[in-house]
Amino acid sequence: MIYEPVIGLEVHIQLLTESKIFCSCSTRFGAEPNSQVCPVCLGMPGVLPVLNKKVVEYALKLAIATNSKINHRSIIARKNYFYPDLPKGYQISQYEEPFCEFGSIEIQVDGRESRKIGLTRIHMEEDAGKSMHSESYVSENESLVDVNRCGVPLLEIVSEPDFRSSKEVSAYLTRLRQIVRYLGICDGNMEEGSLRCDANISIRPQGQKELGVKTELKNMNSISAVEKALDYEIKRQIAVLDDGGIIQQQTLLWNANKNIVEPMRSKEYAHDYRYFPEPDLLPIVITEEWIEQIRAKMPELPLVKKQRFMSEYQIPEYDAIVLTDDPSVADYFESVAKKVKDKKAASNWVMGEVLRALKEINCDIKEFSLTPDSLAEIIQLVEEDKINLKIGKKVFEECLSTGASPSKIIKEKGLVQISDKSEIYAIVDDILTKNPEEVNLYLQGKEKLLGFFVGQIMRETQGKANPKTVNEVLKQKLNDRKN
Amino acid sequence: MSVNRTPLIYINNVYFGKEVEKEKVLNISDLDYTSIKKKLTDRDISCRELTEYYIKNIERKKDLNAFISVFSDTALEQAQKIDRKIEQGTAGSLAGLVLGVKDLLVIQGRKTTCGSKILSNFVSPYSATVIKKLEAEDVIFIGKTNMDEFAMGSSNENSFFKPVKNPHDATRVPGGSSGGSATAVGGDLCMAALGTDTGGSIRQPASFCGVVGLKPTYGRVSRFGLVAYASSLDQIGPVTKSVSDTALLLQVISGHDERDSTSANKGVPDFNGSINQNIKGLRIGLPKEYFSEGLEPDVAEAISLAVDFFKRNGAEIKQVSLPHTEYAIAAYYIIATAEASANLARYDGVRYGFRDESAVNLEDMYVKSRTKGFGSEVKRRIMLGTFVLSSGYYDAYYLKAQKVRSLIRNDFESVFKSVDCLVTPTSPTTAFRLNEKVDDPLTMYLSDVFTVSLNLAGLPGISIPCGSDSNGLPVGLQLIGKPFDEATILTVADFFEKHFVE
Ligand SMILES: [Zn+2]
Repeated sequence: MIYEPVIGLEVHIQLLTESKIFCSCSTRFGAEPNSQVCPVCLGMPGVLPVLNKKVVEYALKLAIATNSKINHRSIIARKNYFYPDLPKGYQISQYEEPFCEFGSIEIQVDGRESRKIGLTRIHMEEDAGKSMHSESYVSENESLVDVNRCGVPLLEIVSEPDFRSSKEVSAYLTRLRQIVRYLGICDGNMEEGSLRCDANISIRPQGQKELGVKTELKNMNSISAVEKALDYEIKRQIAVLDDGGIIQQQTLLWNANKNIVEPMRSKEYAHDYRYFPEPDLLPIVITEEWIEQIRAKMPELPLVKKQRFMSEYQIPEYDAIVLTDDPSVADYFESVAKKVKDKKAASNWVMGEVLRALKEINCDIKEFSLTPDSLAEIIQLVEEDKINLKIGKKVFEECLSTGASPSKIIKEKGLVQISDKSEIYAIVDDILTKNPEEVNLYLQGKEKLLGFFVGQIMRETQGKANPKTVNEVLKQKLNDRKN
Repeated sequence: MSVNRTPLIYINNVYFGKEVEKEKVLNISDLDYTSIKKKLTDRDISCRELTEYYIKNIERKKDLNAFISVFSDTALEQAQKIDRKIEQGTAGSLAGLVLGVKDLLVIQGRKTTCGSKILSNFVSPYSATVIKKLEAEDVIFIGKTNMDEFAMGSSNENSFFKPVKNPHDATRVPGGSSGGSATAVGGDLCMAALGTDTGGSIRQPASFCGVVGLKPTYGRVSRFGLVAYASSLDQIGPVTKSVSDTALLLQVISGHDERDSTSANKGVPDFNGSINQNIKGLRIGLPKEYFSEGLEPDVAEAISLAVDFFKRNGAEIKQVSLPHTEYAIAAYYIIATAEASANLARYDGVRYGFRDESAVNLEDMYVKSRTKGFGSEVKRRIMLGTFVLSSGYYDAYYLKAQKVRSLIRNDFESVFKSVDCLVTPTSPTTAFRLNEKVDDPLTMYLSDVFTVSLNLAGLPGISIPCGSDSNGLPVGLQLIGKPFDEATILTVADFFEKHFVE
């Protein structure tokens, strides 16, 4: 039997607001436990929430970016459940009449035609705290709670069950992460939990309409973990069905150490969250005017930017995809490309040298010490034959390690390319005179030795000779000797 | 203790034939703050003397159980500071007002018990907005008043601390849930008090204790620092000895607060300007549903005398109808308990408050702490509220109650097209006996039958003393105003208070 997986995702993104969603506490990550709290986010008796307007603005940005239908009036609700890291005993969220609905995100897998994944809804809510159970500093029969994260704003993005493979899921997550980074509303860091993903998954025989029993997958801390967990779960479900068994509806956790999914160990309740409208907060009212204000401030989105790069800089689609993956990289590329004639060279340099260097020194492009101006200068010097490509890369490294400007490095180290034919004649003559044996062999037909002579000349000139000129002169001189 | 300034009256206390102390007796039990304020400015009396007077009264009438905590030391300190301010002419508008605060409102560094075991040791890290506003006007906080646990009750018998007694008859209840505040003011244990009103919790006890109690329009007063019972119904209001005192307090506590999204962004009128006005030409409505069976004859009689009085003084009396009144109690107990079931979820023994130490795991801790920490009425309402929100029941109960709420609101909206305010009894009965209704929650709930509709509709209402029944127990008259029109009901109430003769 051939089975088709049906997958839907619930993604939570932590918003990059300075303060929490209902109080003025800081949202900074990694602070001393329970240091970023106040009576409001601690759920003290008598406190009231006040909605942070920035959160609504960020939600609007994502709504616009995903072509969602924005509800002009949306309701804030209480979701009731008991847990120690939930100080009020309810989470302020949205239920009926969410912030926006019916959006979509475009994905592309393996070069096939792109496809839209439907978004059921996007709504805002507050994050809960963190419970610590089995860390080294927590004794047995004890649990600790860090409330710092309580009230950090989240957007929950619920997709339709539109995915048919784990590859589609990872393409979607990659695209979603790219969008939120472009919008500057979330850093998209799955390892730190600022982007979290739960998946609902079922399988059905190919061609069957009705859905199978679904399981819920949690605890996946990277896109590749999501892909692996889904593949594992699809295989597991197929094996169960092929064995004549039935799928149990349950929550499963991905164990990244063992590469398997495991049932959640804690007791599972059939939760009745008893949602009802939050009486402490008024409905969120979004005017058309507000939407237009945000729309006017929207940054260019990845797919649009990719198209523009292709047409404006005449670079291949592959280059445009790589360069627009991260908005800061795209900005960097653009700054460079605007200053040089050869746009493809700019693309090659950024995709090659810059991305490699960033990876090697584990650095964000925003903190990259080599400015776009310096890189453009290097590219220009190559363009103008002042240095050759090899020297250019050397200058690039020097700039990175010393922080000096390319022209200064070239001047100090005397790296200016030797393109003067008369100078190169002399060097070629010298090399040929020093290596009579190789000259003879060459003349007898071993033309591969040309590379040997070029190497000798480059060594002699410390790589500064213009390779084109060297080739030209060399061939000419050797030909001279033939006769 | 001897006093340097001109004394009111001196009595020579003679003990074992020896003069021990000259004590100044303040003859102020019948005076409201408005009158005492003149004496303070004239320096006939000092804040310190006033504070000592009330502390003594609280001590003397301890058996009324009106207070959960008394701030003897700090109140005296505060009084002395304010005395200096009065001397220097820098005192605030409520300087020297000795105020009791319902123990549902938080004051930084003070216990806020909400009348519950679960918060019996809770000390608040912050102050309510109303407390800060009153502090700025030099009010003297004398202590926290007793109440039904989490404001759930109509007799003040649901306090984890002892039940409060009626100052007019200690065998009777003071009403609830702000029973401590009403008894404290009616029993002359403080000049005025703050209460909270979710379904009648200021007006009904004010009526039982023969004092003035106002529930402002929902949104008029910030709820920040009011420990929530039912968020969409709760309002803070004054309990006082006179209508002009109510106006003075309302003036200070009203206004938009950015910490309470439900507080109205509306200007606050000059409420003191509503005092000493005429009622000629005012259109007063009598909703017929409030004069039906269940109303004690003595109460009906007292109210009809008041209605005659209004007519004699030039008001136009109109019979009106609020047809959905009979559904108010049912809707109220669904909405209030639903909200309460969530509002009270935070008392789980995790971060503060009572925790049962015998628990063996998390769930056990929740169950034991809440079972032992809450009283039976609170648990009844949490269960009721949890039930009406449960999946499968939400539409039939919670949603339906919200629809009833809209209908009740519409009822008022349409009668207010033809009248300026409404007159009703505050409660169908006068103060009943302690233990009379404790085993019959439904009968107890009916005590709020005339008050809950206002909370559902968000309207302002005031209860003022209106004669007494054959047992000499106070009857309360309720005036209901349009949204944000406290001014009109203050005018009518003040006029009645000053000119009505039994
Ligand atoms: Zn906070």
